[in-house]
Amino acid sequence: MSAVELTGVSKIFNKGAGNQVDALLDIDLSISTGEFVSLIGPSGCGKSTLLRLIANLIEPTDGSLIVNGKSPKQARLDQDYGMAFQQSGLFEWRSVAKNIELPLELKGWSAAKRRERALEMLELVKLTDFADHYPWQLSGGMQQRVAIARALAVHPALLLMDEPFGALDEMTREHMQSELLSICRKAGTTVVFVTHSIPEAVYLSNRVVVMSPRPGRITEVIDVEIKGDRSDSTRDDKAFFSGISAVRAALRGVELDSTARGIEDR
Amino acid sequence: MSSRFGSFVRSVIPPLIFGTIFIALWELAVKGLDLKPYFLAAPSTIWQMFVENFGLIWGATKVSGANALIGLLTGTLFGVLMSLVLSRFRILNDIVTPLAIALNAVPIFVLVAVLNNMFSITSEIPRRIMVMLVVYFIVLINVARGLTQVSATHVELMKSYAASDLAILRKVRVPNAVPFLFTALKVAAPASVITAFVSEYFGGSQNGLGSRITSNIAISKNSVAWAYVLGACLLGLAFYIVSSVLEGAATPGRSTRRTRVSR
Amino acid sequence: MAEGDSAAIRNGTVRRRLRRAAMFVASLVLVAVLWELYKVVGPEAGGRLFGWNILPRSNDRAMPHVWEMLSRYGRPEIRSSDRKIWSVVLAGAWFSFRLALVGFVIGSLLGLGLSIVMARFRFVERGVLPYLIVSQTVPLIALAPLVVSWGGKLEIFGWEWPRWLSASVLGAFLAFFPVAVGALRGLRSAPAAAVELMESYAASWWQTLRKLRFPSAIPYIVPALKLAASSSVIGVVVAEISTGLKGGIGRLIIEYAREATGDPAKVFTAVFGAALLGLAMSGFVTLADIYMMRNRPKEAST
Repeated sequence: MSAVELTGVSKIFNKGAGNQVDALLDIDLSISTGEFVSLIGPSGCGKSTLLRLIANLIEPTDGSLIVNGKSPKQARLDQDYGMAFQQSGLFEWRSVAKNIELPLELKGWSAAKRRERALEMLELVKLTDFADHYPWQLSGGMQQRVAIARALAVHPALLLMDEPFGALDEMTREHMQSELLSICRKAGTTVVFVTHSIPEAVYLSNRVVVMSPRPGRITEVIDVEIKGDRSDSTRDDKAFFSGISAVRAALRGVELDSTARGIEDR
Repeated sequence: MSSRFGSFVRSVIPPLIFGTIFIALWELAVKGLDLKPYFLAAPSTIWQMFVENFGLIWGATKVSGANALIGLLTGTLFGVLMSLVLSRFRILNDIVTPLAIALNAVPIFVLVAVLNNMFSITSEIPRRIMVMLVVYFIVLINVARGLTQVSATHVELMKSYAASDLAILRKVRVPNAVPFLFTALKVAAPASVITAFVSEYFGGSQNGLGSRITSNIAISKNSVAWAYVLGACLLGLAFYIVSSVLEGAATPGRSTRRTRVSR
Repeated sequence: MAEGDSAAIRNGTVRRRLRRAAMFVASLVLVAVLWELYKVVGPEAGGRLFGWNILPRSNDRAMPHVWEMLSRYGRPEIRSSDRKIWSVVLAGAWFSFRLALVGFVIGSLLGLGLSIVMARFRFVERGVLPYLIVSQTVPLIALAPLVVSWGGKLEIFGWEWPRWLSASVLGAFLAFFPVAVGALRGLRSAPAAAVELMESYAASWWQTLRKLRFPSAIPYIVPALKLAASSSVIGVVVAEISTGLKGGIGRLIIEYAREATGDPAKVFTAVFGAALLGLAMSGFVTLADIYMMRNRPKEAST
């Protein structure tokens, strides 16, 4: 059963005008339920655009998308997915718990049920003691954990993430990657993850989708050969390193054609 | 380029439409509902009175305008001088700034009542002093902020060159403060007109726009009073436009938007 | 953040506030000292400076001593009355305060309403905002005598326009513009990512307004409210002065100013009363500010 199905999807901004931008061209991608898929590519390759098409925040110029068996619009109206951005996007005037309750309020849940679900989510991201704190009192990593808790609050089948760990330091980042995996494993969530970091993409994903810059196309889809559940020792695994090399090669293949920049080799 | 014309149209046409509708409705309301002149005068009547009395209106404008202008210039001068002093002696800065900020909330124009007693009854000086005081505080707060809120990195750099305090003042603080000065002027200029006006309500010489408005109302010539109001608005607008132009000329390319004004 | 950290920061803030208050008192003392200094040094009958008659008279009738002004509060208003001046001035200030408060509330609510309409309909914003901005540079106060003249003359279905309402209307009129402009800026200030988030929840425009736009507008609305409060006071006081509206502080100032030849310190009592009025309105808004921003990160103040 596929969670997300893209067929011949294209997105052109300002079609016909002087400032036309061919963001995405002819994208075919099928993501199965429970899969963790990363989108990686140089700046301007359209990965964030692709994520927003799935989220129904923008409409495709061409092609079709099926999200969770429905149109993207219906999936959005049904709150079938949760979204997380690079800026945690927490509302600074709401406490941590109230931030997590936001999507539930919009769905009309009762105060008691909202509180219950918020606490459950806080438990999941291990921030129970901070329920009544305010975002500015938390570190960057903790804020992102709250943002993830908020994204998962509606128990969505699909999680869309746009470089959520980009603003964090290396150690916090690795820690958050492990946390994210353990959470998604428990819930069986499908994840589409946009990143600039090759090691991050390989560590987290079942498959890595490598994209090329404008017009954005899928260059290659790399299956990550790591067996079993990821753990800290995975980062020393041979399969991990060969995965990184494979992705890097695919990206370099892209770089031979255009001087693309923006990939981290950390 | 079509998009530039498009954006011009989009920013000019809606205000024109709203303005025209507003004036049309106003005219219709007064004429149609037969509103008494002591309540509201029709735009056409106001314009007619304005044109008829233009000579008188201009005369009164010159008086009020002179008061505003003199107060504006002297207030700016003293404000700038004082802010230089404050930036030099920080302890004074800490004493004076809370007072200046508190005075923002207070209707200090009532001091005109006191000032009138300190001078002869026909003097325009009390009004000019009042405008000067109002402008002084506006300029003081903003320019002082511009002189003191400089990037620490810049100051450190100058210190590494063993630059004297005076050099730091000239090369770092003053250039930093210039946009603050012009933002303050954009607030002070209309404020000077308003203060010059309001000062006339406290008695004393009766040659300015404010007193003409009250005197015309007293003899039930409200339409003429409205014409004087129009004159006053034009005066205020003129002051603002001049200060905006000055700002544009003195700080080319610099954005003054980051200097949030404190009144 | 550790418990100890927040306690230390709180103490630092308290110390800073005390210091600021002490400085404020020091500045008042400084002004009083300068006043007395001029009385000692300045010309008794006024003087000329660079050929202009701009030095004020420093005799006791034009410039009473500071202690005379303060002691005047304790004495009765007029010789035949028992009422001390401080109670008269306070009553006048209270009267004007209520008028200014009414004007402030009405003007602010209307301003907020318009800002929401402008935020919702871009066309309205483009058409109306330029006028709002220009109105802040134009002396709308010139309309004061006209609005005040409605008092006692205007009749709507038998209900006569009370004179005090003109003062509040003027206050509301002046308060309206800064709030409309500031609130609009605030409503437009929500970060794009947060708006996208609300879109991803399929939230309606009104839900987005209530849960995102309005809370993120509050840091912009508060300074606008401060400006509106002082504008409302100005409107009310000017209205009182141009009619001599009975009961208000404006009328007291005019009355006492007329008696200045015989009783020079009297007018100052009313002037300080007006200052108190302005500070009270500003304090009211500051309290609202503290309440509304209570859970937000404190900006580092310079």
